[in-house]
Amino acid sequence: MIEFSTWDIVRNLLLAARWTVVLSLVAFAGGALMGVLALMMRTSRVAVMRRVSWAYIELFQGTPLLMQLFLAFFGLSLLGVEVPPWLAAGAALTLWSGAFLAEIWRGCVEAIPKGQWEASASLALGYMQQMRYVVMPQALRIAIAPTVGFAVQIVKSTALTSIIGFTELSKASTVITNATFSPFTVYACAALIYFALCWPLSRLSLRLERKLHAPHRP
Amino acid sequence: MAYQYDFGSVFDYTPVLIKGIGVTVELIAFGAVAGVALGIACAWVRTQGPVWLRAPVSAYVEVIRNTPFLIQLFFVFFGLPSLGIQLGEMQAACLAMALNLGAYSTEIIRAGISATPKGQYEAGASLAMTRFQVFRHVVLKPALMRIWPALSSQIVIVMLGSAVCSQIAAEDLTFAANFIQSRNFRAFEVYLITTGIYLALALLLRQLLRMTGRRLFRKAAR
Repeated sequence: MIEFSTWDIVRNLLLAARWTVVLSLVAFAGGALMGVLALMMRTSRVAVMRRVSWAYIELFQGTPLLMQLFLAFFGLSLLGVEVPPWLAAGAALTLWSGAFLAEIWRGCVEAIPKGQWEASASLALGYMQQMRYVVMPQALRIAIAPTVGFAVQIVKSTALTSIIGFTELSKASTVITNATFSPFTVYACAALIYFALCWPLSRLSLRLERKLHAPHRP
Repeated sequence: MAYQYDFGSVFDYTPVLIKGIGVTVELIAFGAVAGVALGIACAWVRTQGPVWLRAPVSAYVEVIRNTPFLIQLFFVFFGLPSLGIQLGEMQAACLAMALNLGAYSTEIIRAGISATPKGQYEAGASLAMTRFQVFRHVVLKPALMRIWPALSSQIVIVMLGSAVCSQIAAEDLTFAANFIQSRNFRAFEVYLITTGIYLALALLLRQLLRMTGRRLFRKAAR
């Protein structure tokens, strides 16, 4: 039997963690685009758009991400597309994070007092202009901290993609456990790596909240 | 050739699905009660408990909140036996869920407790209540009332996260879906139906929590 040193375990986990990082970045970028789109629709003046966006958000927030991954994996293949796990993982995570980001950002847009909208409307600004010059600059400031906080959720959620066969940190942990028979060490190391990825983001989010949110503190 | 949908073959396995729903409900019932209890205890420690306990509790909260549930689950189920703690899959799933929700609810409940005006403590003290009595009767209930919506959504999120428990062979709804899928090879239909059931469960749970909240805080809500 081949012996594995702790260093072998850690090194291989770190190599796999690259894919966790890449997938997180893809999910965050894609989710941000999806989120902006859903947010625009959710706050639009057309009722159908609002309805569609609401359904999208409810659907993806109300069902387990694991199921969404399964559906993306098996559903896309029904359309005749050959689905590699990374495509299903990227698609599902993008849609999932888009729904949450849209809802987070909606809260930030709604935190802008109604008087601001009215004042800018009285200056004859159109909807896009109101958004661009008056609401967005203020809403973005409020949105930064919770957005960074949500990035932590994304990093953690990439762990689920191991179940549909995407090889990232969690999948690597399972594989290495099967080879080394030392689940305690391997999963502790994996947890440590996830912690090292997420904790700085959590702290940053907290600091940003204190810094940018001072007037809203109780 | 267009794909022929066959939802009927999924409903042949209705008893399996129902059993899965039962296990998922069991998991969330235990997880929610134990998790919130743990959250209250930890929030108490972090706000007014003994100082030596604060660091370990903070560490627990930070570690759980910054690692994936899947890894926590694997650690409890596969890792703990190395320490001589052998748990069945249901016990491991319940423990992981309670620990997970406990950490998140600690932060939420703590926020509610921190918002208690100082005068409330002083008023309690002036009635000759002990610190523990003040916490129990004066601080906790309004705190829970304040953060009930946030706590409810967290419980729903944890419920949806319980789908992962199938990975250690806890026989929940997802486990049932995987089982059916391995029998009739109708993966898309199975997962679509299961997703629908989860959505219904989530809506139901949210409604249930709202009603519970109303009942619990009927008097305080004036």
